[in-house]
Amino acid sequence: MNTILDISQVSMEFQTPKGVFTALQNVNLKINQGEFVSLIGHSGCGKSTVLNIVAGLLKASQGGVILKGKEVNEPGPERAVVFQNHSLLPWLTAYENVELAVSQVFGKRKSKAEKKDWIEHNLSLVHMDHAMHKRPDEISGGMKQRVGIARALSMQPEILLMDEPFGALDALTRAHMQDSLMEIQNELNNTVIMITHDVDEAVLLSDRIVMMTNGPAATIGEVLEIDLERPRDRLALAEDTRYTHLRSEVLKFLYEKQRKIEDFSNNKKTSSTSHAKTSTAAA
Amino acid sequence: MPEQMTNNTGLVNKVITLNFTSEKLKTNFNALTQKLVIPFIGVVVFLFMWSVAAQNIDTSLGKFPGPAAVVEQFKALYIEHQDQREKQTAFYQRQEQRNAKRLAQDPTYQPKIRAYTGKETFLDQIVTSLITVMSGFLLAAAIAIPLGIAVGLSKTLNTAINPVIQIFKPVSPLAWLPLVTMVVSALYATPDPLIPKSFINSMITVSLCCLWPMVINTSVGVASIDSDLVNVSRVIRLSALKHIQKVVIPASIPMIFTGMRLSLGIAWMVLIAAEMLAQNPGLGKFVWDEFQNGSSNSLARIMAAVIVIGFIGFLLDRVMLQLQRIFSWDKSSASV
Ligand SMILES: Nc1ncnc2c1ncn2[C@@H]1O[C@H](COP(=O)(O)OP(=O)(O)OP(=O)(O)O)[C@@H](O)[C@H]1O
Ligand SMILES: [Mg+2]
Repeated sequence: MNTILDISQVSMEFQTPKGVFTALQNVNLKINQGEFVSLIGHSGCGKSTVLNIVAGLLKASQGGVILKGKEVNEPGPERAVVFQNHSLLPWLTAYENVELAVSQVFGKRKSKAEKKDWIEHNLSLVHMDHAMHKRPDEISGGMKQRVGIARALSMQPEILLMDEPFGALDALTRAHMQDSLMEIQNELNNTVIMITHDVDEAVLLSDRIVMMTNGPAATIGEVLEIDLERPRDRLALAEDTRYTHLRSEVLKFLYEKQRKIEDFSNNKKTSSTSHAKTSTAAA
Repeated sequence: MPEQMTNNTGLVNKVITLNFTSEKLKTNFNALTQKLVIPFIGVVVFLFMWSVAAQNIDTSLGKFPGPAAVVEQFKALYIEHQDQREKQTAFYQRQEQRNAKRLAQDPTYQPKIRAYTGKETFLDQIVTSLITVMSGFLLAAAIAIPLGIAVGLSKTLNTAINPVIQIFKPVSPLAWLPLVTMVVSALYATPDPLIPKSFINSMITVSLCCLWPMVINTSVGVASIDSDLVNVSRVIRLSALKHIQKVVIPASIPMIFTGMRLSLGIAWMVLIAAEMLAQNPGLGKFVWDEFQNGSSNSLARIMAAVIVIGFIGFLLDRVMLQLQRIFSWDKSSASV
C-alpha cells in the first residue's frame, strides 16, 4: 500500500466576531492510492473544512496536507472538487463547462481534436453524452451533478474530492448516481474522498469510512474498514449480514457515541419557527 | 338503450368542447382587453382630462395647449424641417453653380465650399440629443463597468470608494454643470474646436450623473457571485484575467445590464437639463429657446417636445431591455 495523501496534525481555527472558534483539532489521516474514503459525521462537525483544506481552498491553522510528497498550499486541478450544488457555470453548456476545465488543465498538451475527444469521453463516462449541448437550467439536478463529476474527472486528478455530491438529490436519483460512481470507479480506480450524510451510501461505496466526532475541536473518532468485495450490488448487500453489521457500526457511532443532545432542542426550535412562518404565510 | 347512451355521451362531449372553446375565446378576449383596450381607454381619458384642464388654464402666452394644438405644432415642426432641408439643398446647388461658373472663367480659381448654417430643426435637435446622450452614456459605461468590477472584486477598494459613490450619487446635474464648464474651458482650449465645447459639457455632465448606478450594480453583481463558482475557478487555476473574462463578467452580466438600464434612464433625464443650461444644441435647448421666444405657439411646441422626450426615453429603455435579453443568460433578470 502506498500512501498518496497524508493529512497530519491539522487544526483549524476560525476568527469570528465572538472570538476564536476551533473547528478542527489534530486531524490525522493517511489515504492510499486508489482508495475510496468516506467522511461521515453530524452536521457542522467540520467535514467540509477538512475537504477544503485538502483542496487548498482553506489554509489549516496548524499542521498540513502532503499529496505525493508535495505540500498542499493552494487549490489545483490535481485535487479536483465536486461541489454539493453542482456549481456549473450557468451560461455555459455541459460541454463548455467541461471544456473550460480541460483547456485550462491540458492547455497545449492536447490538440484541439484530442481535447474534444477527451471532453466527450468524460461526458459519456457519466452518461451525459446525449445532453452535452444543454445548459444547466435545461437539465435535471442529477444530470447537473453528473456534469460536475465529468468536469472533475476530466482534470485527471490525483485525488477526487466530493462534498456531499448527491446530498441535493432525491433517493432514487441518488441510487442511480451511486451505481454510476461505482461503475466509474471500477474503470478508473481513482483515489476519492467523499463527504456524505447517508450511512448506506458510505458503506456501499467506501473502502474505509472515517467517522468524525462532534465539534467544536472535532477530530477523527473511528475508522471503519469496509472489506466487502467489489463489484458490489445494492440488492445482494441488503441481505448480507456483514453489510448490516457494518452499517450498524456506523449508526452506533453516530447515534450512541456522538449523539447530539443539544441538537434535539435546536431542531425543535427551528421547526417551531418554521411552523410560525408557514402559518403567517397562510394567513 | 345502449344507443341512446352513446348518443348522450356524444352530446355531453360536444357541449364540453363547445364550452371549452368559448372558454378559450374568453381568455383570448381577456388578454386582448388587457393588452390593448384598457391602455387605449387610459390614453383617451388622459387626453380628455388634458384638454379640459388646458381650457381652464390661462397663461401670459395664451391658453395652455390642448392635444389639438400640440398635434398642430407637430405638423408645423415637420414642415419647418422640410423647408430647412429644401433651403439647404438649394444653398448647396447655388454654391456649386457659382463655383462652376467662376471655374469656367478662371481655371486657377480654388472653389470655396461653405457649410450651410441654417437654424437647426426639431428633428436635428432630436438627433443631436441622441448623439449626446449615447456619447455620455458610453463614456460613463467605459469607466463604470471596469471600476465596478474592480470594486466588486476587492473588499478594500469597495470600502475605500463606497463613501465617494454614496456622496456623488445624489448630486444633481445642475450642480455639476458649472464645474464641468469651467474645467472643460480650461483644459480644452483650442481656438477652433472640432467638437463644440457645449457638446462636451453636456456629455460629461451626463456621464457624471449616470456613472454611479452602473458602478454600484456592477460591483454588487461581481461581489455576489456564487462562492462555489469562484472556487471552481481557483481549482482549475484560472489566471486573474481569465477569471474576470470567463467567470466574473458573464456571472454579473444581468446586474451590469440592470445598472445600464437605470443609467440610460438617468442620462436621458439629465441631458435635457444639461442642454438647457449649457446651451448645447438638442431638445433641451429647443425647450429653452421656445420658452425665451414666448410666442403664442411656444407652449404647444414645448408640449410637443415633452411628448417626444418621453417617447424617446421609453424607446431607449426598450432597446436596452432587448439588448439585455440578447446578452444575458439569466432570462428572468430581463423582465419588465
Ligand atoms: N468561514 C468560517 N468562519 C467561521 N466559522 C466557520 C467557517 N466555516 C465553517 N465554520 C464553522 O466550522 C464548523 C464546521 O463547518 P463545516 O462546514 O466544515 O461543517 P460540515 O461538517 O461540513 O457541516 P455540514 O454537514 O452541515 O456541511 C461549523 O461549526 C461552522 O460553523
Ligand atoms: Mg459541509
